Amino acid sequence: MSDAIYKTDALIAEDIDAYLEQHQHKTMLRFITCGSVDDGKSTLIGRLLYDSKMIFEDQLDALTNDSKKVGTQGGEIDFALLVDGLAAEREQGITIDVAYRFFNTEKRKFIVADCPGHEQYTRNMVTGASTADLAVVMIDARKGVLVQTRRHSYICNLIGIKNIVLAVNKMDLVDYSQEVFDKIVADYAKFAEEIGIESFTAMPISGFKGDNITVAPSENTPWYEGPSLIEHLETVEVLSAQDAEKPFRMPVQWVNRPNLDFRGFSGQIATGAVKPGDAVRVLPSGKTSHVRSIVTYNGDVDEAVAGQSVTLTLTDEIDCSRGNVIAVADNPPEVADQFEATVVWMDDEALLPGRGYWLKLGSQTVSAAVAEPKYEVNVNTMEHLAAKTLALNSIGVAEVTTDKPLVFESYADSRQLGGFILIDKVTNATVAAGMLHFSLRRSQNVHWQAVDITREEHAKLKNQAPKVLWFTGLSGSGKSTIANEVEKRLNLMNRHTFLLDGDNIRHGLNKDLGFTDADRVENIRRVGEVAKLMTDAGLIVLTAFISPFRAERQMVRDLLPEGEFLEVFVDTPLEVAEQRDVKGLYKKAREGKLKNFTGIDSPYEAPENAEIRVNTVEMSPQEAAAYIIDRIMPLK
Amino acid sequence: MTSLTHLERLEAESIHIMREVAAEADKPVMLYSIGKDSAVMLHLAKKAFYPSPPPFPLLHVDTTWKFKAMYELREKAAQEAGMELLVYQNPEAQQRGINPFQHGPLHTDMWKTEGLKQALDKYGFDVAFGGARRDEEKSRAKERVMSFRTSTHGWDPKNQRPELWNLYNARKKKGEGIRCFPISNWTELDIWQYIMKEQIEIVPLYFAEERPTYEYEGGLFMADDLERLEEAMGTLPEITMRSIRFRTLGCFPLTGAVESTANTLADVVQETLLTTTSERQGRVIDKDGGDASMEKKKQEGYF
Repeated sequence: MSDAIYKTDALIAEDIDAYLEQHQHKTMLRFITCGSVDDGKSTLIGRLLYDSKMIFEDQLDALTNDSKKVGTQGGEIDFALLVDGLAAEREQGITIDVAYRFFNTEKRKFIVADCPGHEQYTRNMVTGASTADLAVVMIDARKGVLVQTRRHSYICNLIGIKNIVLAVNKMDLVDYSQEVFDKIVADYAKFAEEIGIESFTAMPISGFKGDNITVAPSENTPWYEGPSLIEHLETVEVLSAQDAEKPFRMPVQWVNRPNLDFRGFSGQIATGAVKPGDAVRVLPSGKTSHVRSIVTYNGDVDEAVAGQSVTLTLTDEIDCSRGNVIAVADNPPEVADQFEATVVWMDDEALLPGRGYWLKLGSQTVSAAVAEPKYEVNVNTMEHLAAKTLALNSIGVAEVTTDKPLVFESYADSRQLGGFILIDKVTNATVAAGMLHFSLRRSQNVHWQAVDITREEHAKLKNQAPKVLWFTGLSGSGKSTIANEVEKRLNLMNRHTFLLDGDNIRHGLNKDLGFTDADRVENIRRVGEVAKLMTDAGLIVLTAFISPFRAERQMVRDLLPEGEFLEVFVDTPLEVAEQRDVKGLYKKAREGKLKNFTGIDSPYEAPENAEIRVNTVEMSPQEAAAYIIDRIMPLK
Repeated sequence: MTSLTHLERLEAESIHIMREVAAEADKPVMLYSIGKDSAVMLHLAKKAFYPSPPPFPLLHVDTTWKFKAMYELREKAAQEAGMELLVYQNPEAQQRGINPFQHGPLHTDMWKTEGLKQALDKYGFDVAFGGARRDEEKSRAKERVMSFRTSTHGWDPKNQRPELWNLYNARKKKGEGIRCFPISNWTELDIWQYIMKEQIEIVPLYFAEERPTYEYEGGLFMADDLERLEEAMGTLPEITMRSIRFRTLGCFPLTGAVESTANTLADVVQETLLTTTSERQGRVIDKDGGDASMEKKKQEGYF
């Protein structure tokens, strides 16, 4: 074990002030360990904690007891037990989630993300890697470079980790053979070059015995000339140091407005540095100003750098709010609404191309759709495969389109302005992580043309308030019949209306679409856009589509001004609709002659908070129509 | 330009997290337990929103069994931060006279777990900041910064949202909540060092002093309120004056003291670093229910 670690200890006892002074100036390195269950990853972390004295006596007692009870090291201390936290994991002996561990040495503080290695936990690994400065890729010396080694290395490289340590573990089980080590390193170097890893540091270790962990070379590996793992971790350059060299960008998180005399913009500096007097540009508006002051609780400061959370005031009263990015004036980031990106899918429910998801990047949240992937990457072989969608733990490259322009940089230039997450609009789950490559179209090229006759004026002329009455329900529930009845009544009341009917639209505008989930999404998106144009023209629009997915109905709702979208749930139980079977479709679907039929082999997600619900078992179409009219009046 | 120090990085991260919540939550609140971690969290909040006061109130879920010195600091700290202080005591626990001596684990369950749920529901808070740290305990090492809770305040460790980069997903349905832990990545040593660097006021009980003590079930405790002690235990235990301090603060009958003479911050840090037992060991709460005890409590809604 290293002298350095005990020297720290001695200083604590002898001169606490000197120790604290030294500790206060330590930098921090975040790293991830990747490897599979048997590679000894948790053992290594347990060892690091143990060697840097981060284990207390009571924990050690518990560990010693546990090791005897459930340990896998024949009664010797099983460090893995210290690290595998959740009860389920302890029982199964595997690491499921990402766990964060902390330890200090004389030079640095460390945060370790301990990640599971199995393929089904790719998302956990991506998560742990996203905040890491360095990755330790573990290899079992007895097994050499395996499929999982390739997968872990590929992911680390994808997430942009430049410092990769190849830790060839369990050297004690191969008699500390240099030959074995050299062969593994040669194999790995070949593969690393193939996938674009520029450099890596290889070291022979034993997490269990402690070789080359704190001092190198260990007695058992006199032939090893490199640093020990700890020495290496103490000296590599951290990511934030590189970020400070880049052009200044700060996403605005929060506008600080304690009174009328103060207006500050709070955020964490993503890259670069800023000083009072610097010329800055606010994106996406492009307005320019100068930094007046950098305000902190401890007083105004002369400079702030990447990684710091600050509040800036500007010399001009310009529009700037959450989601905007303040950047150096002469070298601002790009603004676009269509991108190529790598997407890592993290949810049990697969990607639905075309569906609207919330995309969060920096402090910006917009609605975004992912197209059918260009390809999916086989994470074991790095082959590109054709793909229609991305399932849990798949990684692919696809086009991403946002409904509003996004201030961004390529992920290779900035993790903060190039990395994003996707959030399901209905479940609110984080379903994917992504990394932007480049923009496909500068949004500046497609402008909104200002028109003089506004939607308000269109509506005023028609003497009505535009609405969309969105009828949703199973096939045969009575949507078209009831919508038709409602339109007839509105017509008699001199209302200007238009009925968009599912079957009719599929004969024209949407005749290129089928009935797969992805086509259903596109079908509704187009209808939503048409309905929106019609409300812009002042019309009351009625739509009759099965529209089985909550997310797409929500997408249309989000397209329209608050209160203009009224969801009408035509609630007919499946048995009743099937019994009616006006078009004979249920029969065909049951016979297997019709695929993807809603209610049979394709899901229907009933509305949870529809504005209007009609029960067609209890009401006739006329009664239902009258009921709906009652609910929507006066329409002015 | 030199790199940020670890404390600067931790501070910036915590501030970033608090601002995200302030921007995205409907009605956030900061849980304030008056301990050293709460003191640091409150200090970070002041820094995050300066020159505005933090845009949320403080909430103390009280058990009525805290140390007197804690109640004194509570009022002062809130006032100095310019924040509203809400104190909630579970009326049912109050009425049934739940106490740590006669009711064991029920004391924590009723006053803290239930009390917290009731308080969040009563005021309609959707995001609650807590001062938990990942280095405290094994199951906390895997807790997210934004930890999603169901409408019944449950936590499902197998179904947590992935957290990447510095992007936090604070979206939720009406009725659901989020517990947010802005000092997740701080260690006990970081907390002490930051208190020292920023000169943050903490409860004097963290520093050694001659105090009245008694022994109970093998632990050393402070006789903070003789009257209530006698009432709850039936008889007054033997009281001895000893120089003691606390590494962690909770309900006085549940928080073990350590014999110590460390009466400055530097001495306390020194003692902390040289000590051979972990921080939570002085607390009774982790031990009932065996190894997975804290994880179980969290699933039930304890912080």
